Amino acid sequence: MYELNTYLFVAAILFSLGVFGVMTRRNGIAILMGVELILNAANINFVAFSRFGGMNLDGHIFALLVIVLAAAEAAVALAIIINIYNNMNTINVDEASAMKE
Amino acid sequence: MAETSFWFVIAMTVLSAGIVVLSNQLIYSAMALLFTLFGVAGIYVFLWADFIAGVQLLVYIGGILVLIIFGIMLTNRISSVRLSQTNVQQGVGGAIGIWFFILISLVISKTPWLQADAVEPAGTVAGVGTLLLTKYLLPFETISLLLLGALIGAALLSRKEN
Repeated sequence: MYELNTYLFVAAILFSLGVFGVMTRRNGIAILMGVELILNAANINFVAFSRFGGMNLDGHIFALLVIVLAAAEAAVALAIIINIYNNMNTINVDEASAMKE
Repeated sequence: MAETSFWFVIAMTVLSAGIVVLSNQLIYSAMALLFTLFGVAGIYVFLWADFIAGVQLLVYIGGILVLIIFGIMLTNRISSVRLSQTNVQQGVGGAIGIWFFILISLVISKTPWLQADAVEPAGTVAGVGTLLLTKYLLPFETISLLLLGALIGAALLSRKEN
C-alpha cells in the first residue's frame, strides 16, 4: 500500500486511458476530458514523488500550477468549442476540420 | 481498514476513468469524470497532500467539471438523441495506449527509485503557502497572470458578436 510503485502504476493507467481517449474520441469535449485525465496522472506523479522523496513540498507547488493551467486550458478550450458549434453546428473534430466555414 | 479504503479509492479512480473514455453517452463520461477526480483527490490524501486534495475538489470538481457539463449542455440539444457519440479507430488508439502503458510500466519497475524516509506532517498548508510566497513567487505571479489572461480571452471568445 505505502509504495511508490503503486501510485506510479495508477498514474500510468490514467495516462494511457487519457491518451486512448484523446486519440479515439470524436467529440471535442470528450477529448478535453482525456486531456484532464492526462493532467491528473502527471499530478499524481508529482505528489507521489514529493511524498516519497522525503515529503519535499516542491512537488505540491508543481501540482498546484498544473491544476491552475488545467483550469485556464478548460476555459479557453470550451470557449473555442462553443464558437465552433455556433459556426459549424457540430463539435465532432473530424467533421469540423475545415479551416474556413 | 485504511488498506481496504486505499484499494477502493484506486479501483474507483481507474474504473471510472475507463468509463470516461469508453462511454457512448457524453453526460455519463462527465459523471464518471466526477468519480475519477474524486478518486484522485483521495489518492492525494493517502499521499499526505491535504491542501492539494482540497484544491482538487474545489478547482477540478467545483470548477472544471461544471464548466465541462455546461459545455456539453450548450453544444447539444438535450432533448435530442445526439448526445451519444462513438469512438473511432479504437484498434489503433487501444494499441498505442497499451504500448504507452507497457513502456511506462517497464520504466517504473526497472528504475531503482531513490527514496527518503519522511514523517507525516501535521499539515502542508503552511509549508505550501510559505514556498509560494518565497521560493516560487515568480511562477506564482506568472501563473496568476496567465489565468487572468486566459479567462479574459475565454470571455471574449464566447461572447456574441454584434
